[in-house]
Amino acid sequence: MASRTRWGFINLIVVLYALIPVLWIVSLSFKDPGSITDGSFIPRKWTWANYRGIFDNDDFVRGLVNSIGIGLISTAVAIVIGTMAAYAVARLQFPGRNLVLGISLLISMFPQISLVTPLFQIERSLGLFNTWLGLILPYITFALPLTIFTLANFFKEIPWDLEKAAKMDGATPVQAFRLVIAPLAAPGVVTTAILAFIVCWNDFLFAISLTSSSAARTAPATISFFTGSSQFEDPTGSIAAAAVIITIPIVLFVLFFQRRIVSGLTSGAVKG
Amino acid sequence: MTVLTKSAKAALSEGRRSERRLAWWLCAPAAIVMLLVTGWPIVYSFLLSLQRYDLRFPDRRAWIGVENYGTVLTSGFWWSALGVTLLITLVSVVIELVLGMAIAVVMYRTLLTRGLVRTVVLIPYGIVTVAAAYGWKYAWTPGTGWLAAMLPAGNAPLTEHWPAIGIIILAEVWKTTPFMALLLMAGLALVSEDALKAASMDGASAWQRFTMITLPLMKPAIVAALLFRMLDAFRIFDNIYVLTNGAQDTSSVSVIAYHNLIGGLNLGIGSTMSVLIFLIVAIIALIFVKGLGASAPGQDPGGKR
Repeated sequence: MASRTRWGFINLIVVLYALIPVLWIVSLSFKDPGSITDGSFIPRKWTWANYRGIFDNDDFVRGLVNSIGIGLISTAVAIVIGTMAAYAVARLQFPGRNLVLGISLLISMFPQISLVTPLFQIERSLGLFNTWLGLILPYITFALPLTIFTLANFFKEIPWDLEKAAKMDGATPVQAFRLVIAPLAAPGVVTTAILAFIVCWNDFLFAISLTSSSAARTAPATISFFTGSSQFEDPTGSIAAAAVIITIPIVLFVLFFQRRIVSGLTSGAVKG
Repeated sequence: MTVLTKSAKAALSEGRRSERRLAWWLCAPAAIVMLLVTGWPIVYSFLLSLQRYDLRFPDRRAWIGVENYGTVLTSGFWWSALGVTLLITLVSVVIELVLGMAIAVVMYRTLLTRGLVRTVVLIPYGIVTVAAAYGWKYAWTPGTGWLAAMLPAGNAPLTEHWPAIGIIILAEVWKTTPFMALLLMAGLALVSEDALKAASMDGASAWQRFTMITLPLMKPAIVAALLFRMLDAFRIFDNIYVLTNGAQDTSSVSVIAYHNLIGGLNLGIGSTMSVLIFLIVAIIALIFVKGLGASAPGQDPGGKR
């Protein structure tokens, strides 16, 4: 009994550790302009005005649309080509397999800032600067290593005898992939897609460096351009409300897919 | 009989060849995208770093050899930023390791509210760094913040060098410790319960069991987690950009490289910094792989499970 209370207490500390900073932003977003500088953890006067304000702000709404669109397209492309590569890496013997893994590993360690300067210049000369495609390309690239590693690990867990059985029944390797393995792999693909989307949704450096207007600027970058003049004298409330809005998808993913996300994040680590 | 074997062999090698072809086709799009988006820019970056190229004075563009490297390497700003970056990297990764290990043990051992704890710690991992950073910024802003309210009046921690560095580390540690904890928890699962029980019967204390059995068995997981977190921490940008934007000498190398590009529009210097940061990251990775025997995920997969 004593140990149960002790564990309960320790768990409570962990939960508070994770939640207090988040609750603080939520609280800030509900404070009215008059009380926002009172330093209280809990709002004394609640208001929805901050949320109404940011949704009246065209730049923020545009930023959200950009974030969702760019995130979904990047994730979809990364998943399609990442799944193909991961299947090859997990299941097929071929020269160049270690090269593919090596490139992925290099990119997962790559400092993004090293790409910003050359990409800024290259995209300007190609007309990709400040466009969706200009962000989608680097996002796919940085989501791919994660996609390939995570999916390759998921694919190794699949009962491959089924594939053999399909091949014995006359299926080609392509058919075996499409008809037998793809449906079995779907849960792993969903998990990986969530992780890849979080990577794209989270990006800030590319978003502020490779855009110059709300045409392609994503929500996190838009927030950093909030100034007092647009909605309120002081942007604190708007920034807090916007921060809460862009956190909601993450919280939903975590609530519904906790187990999958944990297994996806750790699948690569154990074997390392 | 012989005919049959021969045709079987031919079929096999035909199968292998088609497997190989399929593998290449499957890998090609991913490999091409990754190489195009990183390979060419890094070469281009190296070429730019050998030029005097300031977008405000495009006419004065010229090849100047390694002059930019001299400029950067003799600049106090660069060394200060490198020092700050390394300090933040080392301190935050050490704290993350200790704290992450504690949380990993809690998540691994606790039974009743396991799902709740695991769900909740994923929130810092998933939250947009910029969103969390604004939370920390306002929490420490005098007048606005609940944390600042606890300080003696007149303190503005974000406007002083060391307190600002401390807050940057706090923001970084808060966000990434859960990820570290998850990686370490996966490592904990590798430690055999039998060995722990046997040691416990032999009279080993909980601490002895942890340091003499659990930690050594977890070494590969720990080294891999450390490598990835260090390289990640070295790239720190978002937190600093929001919290101080590099004021009070709190710039990281990523922040000054960014300011040289976007603020200064100096492609030559910005590219030089890009190349240097790339080299430092490569050196850190090399030290880990050679010195500590880190093998990254995917390298020789299936070999050690």
